[in-house]
Amino acid sequence: MIETTLENKTEIKSSMVPALATIRRAIWETDDTFTLLIDPPADGNAFAFKPGQFNMVYAFGVGESAISISSDPAKPNMLAHTIHRVGTVTSTLSKLKRGDMIGLRGPFGAGWPVEEAVGKDVCITAGGIGLAPLRPVIYSLVRQREKFGRIIILYGARSPLDLLYRVELEQWSKLPNTEVIVTVDRGDSSWKGHIGVVTNLFSYIKMDSRSTLVMVCGPEVMMKYTVEELQRRGLSQEQIYISMERNMKCGIGLCGHCQFGPKFICKDGPVFRLPEVHHLLDKKEI
Amino acid sequence: MDTTLKLKINNLPQLFAALQSRGYTTVGPTLRDEAIVYDRIDSADELPIGWTDEQAPATYRLKKRDDNAYFGFNATPQSWKRYLYPPQRKLFSIKKNGKSLELLEEKDSNVKYAFIGVRSCELNAIMVQDKVFNSNEYKDDSYNSIRKNLFIAAVNCTQAGETCFCVSMKTGPKARSSFDLALTEVLTENEHYFVVEIGSENGASIMAQVDAAAVNENEIEEADKIIRQTESTMKRSMETADLPELLSENLEHPHWDEVAKRCLTCGNCTMVCPTCFCSTVEDVTDLAGQNAERFRRWDSCFTMDFSKVAGGSFRISPKSRYRQWLTHKLSSWVEQFGTSGCVGCGRCITWCPVGIDITAEVQAIRGVETQSEGSFGQQKGV
Repeated sequence: MIETTLENKTEIKSSMVPALATIRRAIWETDDTFTLLIDPPADGNAFAFKPGQFNMVYAFGVGESAISISSDPAKPNMLAHTIHRVGTVTSTLSKLKRGDMIGLRGPFGAGWPVEEAVGKDVCITAGGIGLAPLRPVIYSLVRQREKFGRIIILYGARSPLDLLYRVELEQWSKLPNTEVIVTVDRGDSSWKGHIGVVTNLFSYIKMDSRSTLVMVCGPEVMMKYTVEELQRRGLSQEQIYISMERNMKCGIGLCGHCQFGPKFICKDGPVFRLPEVHHLLDKKEI
Repeated sequence: MDTTLKLKINNLPQLFAALQSRGYTTVGPTLRDEAIVYDRIDSADELPIGWTDEQAPATYRLKKRDDNAYFGFNATPQSWKRYLYPPQRKLFSIKKNGKSLELLEEKDSNVKYAFIGVRSCELNAIMVQDKVFNSNEYKDDSYNSIRKNLFIAAVNCTQAGETCFCVSMKTGPKARSSFDLALTEVLTENEHYFVVEIGSENGASIMAQVDAAAVNENEIEEADKIIRQTESTMKRSMETADLPELLSENLEHPHWDEVAKRCLTCGNCTMVCPTCFCSTVEDVTDLAGQNAERFRRWDSCFTMDFSKVAGGSFRISPKSRYRQWLTHKLSSWVEQFGTSGCVGCGRCITWCPVGIDITAEVQAIRGVETQSEGSFGQQKGV
């Protein structure tokens, strides 16, 4: 007999073939970032997701991008992807209108530890588009506000015009025991808030270093400095989660592109508890 | 039925016929483009009878043998990978119809291949890819659809190639399991035959259609002797003890810079490697933009595009790309799939245009730990 590890065909249809979905609305959040509100494919339940998971979003004839889901996980009948227009796929997606169709594969990957945060203080730290994969966490926390301790949202963007979800940031800041602090790299004449990098914001809050769980998403250099700052403030690596980005072609651990040392960012992450990847973060070009 | 039989050389065509009668497409080694390659062959006379290859770092040459051996050569330029995991495969076609899209999924293949002449290293490579494509929640259905119908007639190596190091990787030269049949070619002054070991019910049932005789002790011993000789004449080796740890702890070793001076980042090693599995996807459309197709094709971690995201490539330096390949193959692969990604076939050494030798590079990284700093410069490949 041939000795193999072959198992019965997976229940998931073909994991490299997208399901088709229809755009309900496109919202421009900033000059170069937009949110697509999407009616999930017919079998809507297949796209129920956990905060931090992503879909491979296919633009007709152009290609796919791995994009985190930015909507409320309690409402899987309306998916949102907040997308930064940078390459050919995202440019094509940016031109789509109500009724246009896209392909979706997903949801893939490990999400944020919302369950583990129950009973604890939660600090959300985001840079730029990094707020998008964290928004589903915030929705989850807010929905069951009484289950969590203090909520701190620290957010940095390039300029006031680059801030995502301004209305929601305002609303969240009014919730009990919740702080939202925003900073920008460069202000403008109307900006009265903080200026500087997001790590500066830690000096405005007093965190309980024992009972806080921190979730960080942003450019890798921002996450690196945030992690250093948190450790200086007495948090252990176990209390810190980060979400990582790498090139992804399949999203399901088969194409090899997203490897970071032994980890496949797509299936072992994108969200990692810090000790899983910390030893590689300082190494160049891993 | 006996588990070991004697198949006279003149009856080898019957094996092809038996496989074909069961609907198998027979694939085996044959001469093409001044190399011995795996291709569809319909009969035993298409085998590279009387030919061998000379291999060395960055060198491959065909040579006439002074006998009529059928399998008297070593690793072919390409492995069986291209049959189980084709270099390019269509995933789906999609059509625009006004605002809506219509998608047509490409069906899995139902081809039945019989591979004739799978070397032990290659058999191990197939088992490695079985793990790779089935290790997580999402399996590679297209690979499995071809793999599940596969018939494997292994051939034990009767000579060691210059770039072979299967003995140290414990992957050869004798096929130990996971085959349907395993053949050892015996060529003496008086006789030319195969000792055939049956490894599966399917193998037994195929052999029942072939004229094969009982084999005696001497003939089995003769075959074993040849394999032992292959083993003892293999020159290259790789020390695998603690190798995953050694590499993961030496990501900033100065030797990576040294290899990078030679490496052209051409990706040849990844294309010829029987276990390398990375792929990318490609989209094509017609001129009207109404019909599109999506393909999966082999990719290589040696390209800049491989690690590219919106902000640029994560691995820009040749050093980082060579390091990714080698540390993945020999170190992180073990954590990911519970096995090394290297089977010691030596293709990456033969087909590297500058002759970078994976065994020498490993030795150089090992060298600094156990020997003086100055010694590793002399151990490099070329």
